[in-house]
Amino acid sequence: MSKSVDNLEKIRKSLSRRNRAEKRFRLYGVTAVLIGLAAVMLLFTDIVSKGHGAFRIAYLQLDITYDQDLIGIDNLTDPQQLALGNWQAMPKVALRNQFPDVSGRKDKRSLYGLVSNGAGFDLKDRLLENPLLLGDSETLWVLADDDIDTYYKSWLDGEPYDARLTAKQVAWIHELHDQGKLRLQFNSNLFTRGDSREPEQAGIRGAVMGSLLTLILTLLLSFPIGVSAAIYLEEFAPKNAWTDFIEVNINNLAAVPSIIFGLLGLAIFINFFHVPRSVPIVGGLVLTLMTLPTIIITSRAAIKSVPPSIREAALGMGASKYQMVLHHVLPLALPGMLTGAIIGMAQALGESAPLLMIGMVAFIVDIPGGFSDPATVLPVQIFLWADSPERAFIEKTSAAIMVLLSFLIIMNTSAVWLRKRLERRW
Amino acid sequence: MQATNILFLILGLGCFAFYLGRGRSLAIAKPLGGVRHLHSLPSYYGFHAALWCALPSLFLLSLWMIFDDLLINSMVMDALPAASAPADSASYNLLLNKIANLADGILPRSGESAALVSAADQMLNYRVVSRWSLTALILTLSLVGMAWGWSRTAPLFRARPVVEAVAEKSLLACACLAIFTTLGIVLSVLFESIQFFRSVPAFDFIFGLDWSPQTAIREDQVGSSGSFGAVPLFVGTLLVSAVAMVVAVPIGLMSAIFLAEYANKTVRSYAKPALEVLAGIPTVVYGFFAALTVAPFLRDLGEGFGLSVSSESALAAGGVMGVMIIPFISSLADDVITAVPQSMRDGSLAMGATKSETVRRVIIPAALPGIVGGIMLAVSRAIGETMIVVMAAGMAAKLTANPLDSVTTVTVQIVTLLTGDQEFDSPKTLAAFALGLMLFTVTLLLNIFALHIVKKYREQYE
Repeated sequence: MSKSVDNLEKIRKSLSRRNRAEKRFRLYGVTAVLIGLAAVMLLFTDIVSKGHGAFRIAYLQLDITYDQDLIGIDNLTDPQQLALGNWQAMPKVALRNQFPDVSGRKDKRSLYGLVSNGAGFDLKDRLLENPLLLGDSETLWVLADDDIDTYYKSWLDGEPYDARLTAKQVAWIHELHDQGKLRLQFNSNLFTRGDSREPEQAGIRGAVMGSLLTLILTLLLSFPIGVSAAIYLEEFAPKNAWTDFIEVNINNLAAVPSIIFGLLGLAIFINFFHVPRSVPIVGGLVLTLMTLPTIIITSRAAIKSVPPSIREAALGMGASKYQMVLHHVLPLALPGMLTGAIIGMAQALGESAPLLMIGMVAFIVDIPGGFSDPATVLPVQIFLWADSPERAFIEKTSAAIMVLLSFLIIMNTSAVWLRKRLERRW
Repeated sequence: MQATNILFLILGLGCFAFYLGRGRSLAIAKPLGGVRHLHSLPSYYGFHAALWCALPSLFLLSLWMIFDDLLINSMVMDALPAASAPADSASYNLLLNKIANLADGILPRSGESAALVSAADQMLNYRVVSRWSLTALILTLSLVGMAWGWSRTAPLFRARPVVEAVAEKSLLACACLAIFTTLGIVLSVLFESIQFFRSVPAFDFIFGLDWSPQTAIREDQVGSSGSFGAVPLFVGTLLVSAVAMVVAVPIGLMSAIFLAEYANKTVRSYAKPALEVLAGIPTVVYGFFAALTVAPFLRDLGEGFGLSVSSESALAAGGVMGVMIIPFISSLADDVITAVPQSMRDGSLAMGATKSETVRRVIIPAALPGIVGGIMLAVSRAIGETMIVVMAAGMAAKLTANPLDSVTTVTVQIVTLLTGDQEFDSPKTLAAFALGLMLFTVTLLLNIFALHIVKKYREQYE
């Protein structure tokens, strides 16, 4: 009797300790979840705070004269003249007129450094669109150099970064700002241009097009093949060693590091089949092989979720096995398959490591127009920009990441929406 | 005609054949008293004709595409006069490229020797001949096939089994693509690796302590041999992965336990997808985050404590990689924890155990094989992860176990060795494939083992 009382006493004493342990354990769990969520928040705020500035860029207001003699051109239809024209002279002269008391080679050079060295070509394009402007003059907003842009934004934010500017340049910037001749405008270059070595002229259009072309090819190849493979494995495959082997292969491929697929692409597609480097075709092929396991696995799950009664009913009505699959199982499993395809595409869109191997890391200015044009893709563009030393590229990189993430968010939410909307409970 | 045009031609003819075959079966059925007197539905006769029309042509087209260039190239090179014939395989390829560029008009023809120009002309000639003969052959083959398929259409002809057999074969082919992919991976890394191990002994590669693959151009330069001892890379990879696991395993596991056992439905329905967002973020974004935010932060923090932290520390790369792996571990662990039968929980709680005691003493031991399998999959993920380490870890191969130092990994070296211009036969590029072979073998073993454990565990409770 006394023993059980003792035990009861022991248990009572230990209870508070055990309850404390319980609370601590629970706290660990909450902390773990909160750390995970904090990581998500931190990542997004970091990217957005670094990248939001890139959507606006500094422009200078200059009085541009389209002076024939200055450019060295009298005929706007002569390609030779157009190629040799001294276009950059226009913004230079405009700057000299703006600051007439600047003299000396060094000072002049730093004055010219205020505008982007692509500004002349922008003026050329404007002139070609409006040939009547030749010989005329107008007041125009001209793209500023990236160092000016960086300084101006950091100054507006209250922590000026002037490491790459001379004192005179800073003074000019403030003078222009006070006159209202320097301002931030929407950075349309970011969305309309290809890559460039100059941060202020660099855009993601080329990379987005490259990603789009690569993804189209990936989808066209991997969805039919993946669905066919899933149908075979779920509906037709006999239970034998060969089928098991296929299954083991698929499961393993799903976990093979993506860079290995790059090695495969390099050795087989490029060196053996001589597919050209850097083109969306080879990127699409590699990504197809990479996303196939995902698509096969999700498609199989979708086929599995179709109840057997439907199959039996179809067979009972005299349908052949093919008709049963094609007319009944496939339409019912399609929403699940589409969800899987979207998830696979999202995975392919974010992938960069295998594409580095097959040359999609090249510096490509032109915007690709077809499957066999050299191209790069958005994640690789991010990688390239992240590697660039110019400070303005940090902002650009973050902006490109924001664009990439928004594509991914759209794809993933549409997958969730599709699943919710079309999923049937049996 | 271009290959794509020929492809479209074949597909167009196939559609036409479908129309013809179907039409003929309908026409045959009409006097008999309707479609029910045919063995198969009319569309099957159509498919039958279409298959006969398109399949042989497609087969021929693909064969032609593979052998076309090879044949033309060797014919052009054989026809070269002996004086300009190349001596070895390297100059053979160089010359071939030059001729091809001349033929395509990429290189200007002026100033080239007459033999090369005529070879280029000949190449163009052969190409034209090849294209036209291909077009003619395909056209004939398609039409003959179409006619054959069309002529076989008869009430008693069993078209459906034929079509379905072909369909099943093509489904099987799609499924076998997974095997071919694996085979392709194995062959591509294996062949290049064998070539590599011919110049660098395998023993030196696996156990060597010095990694500096920069083979010099001149023979007499310092370090012209290049040394390929991969141990520093293996150590670096393990160090980064270990840091990642230290971050990911506790957080992933605890959040899985919390979400599966403690959280109510609302919390779970929001927190779980929010955590999985981490899994959907591209690795290049993590790399950027690690290189530009975490690494400088850690360096400044280290300075505050008087520690010297490298700006490309293993800690930054591994830590961010760990964050990336959290959802991977938490969702796998969540699966195995929820698979533990409710009766075990009930039993433990009924004996007076608290919830945490139930988790620690009953659920975790029961779920352990699954959890271990999940962690192994995560390790294989960490070892093969590329972009984070390429962007945030260093290039210099150092043999160190200090996470504050900079290390390099297997994947980083594969990328550095293979990006940019390269000749394919140098040990430098081949070394990348040898590293790839190592990576593939290790991750494959980890995966097979882990999948085996997970599968076995699942069967246990099913």
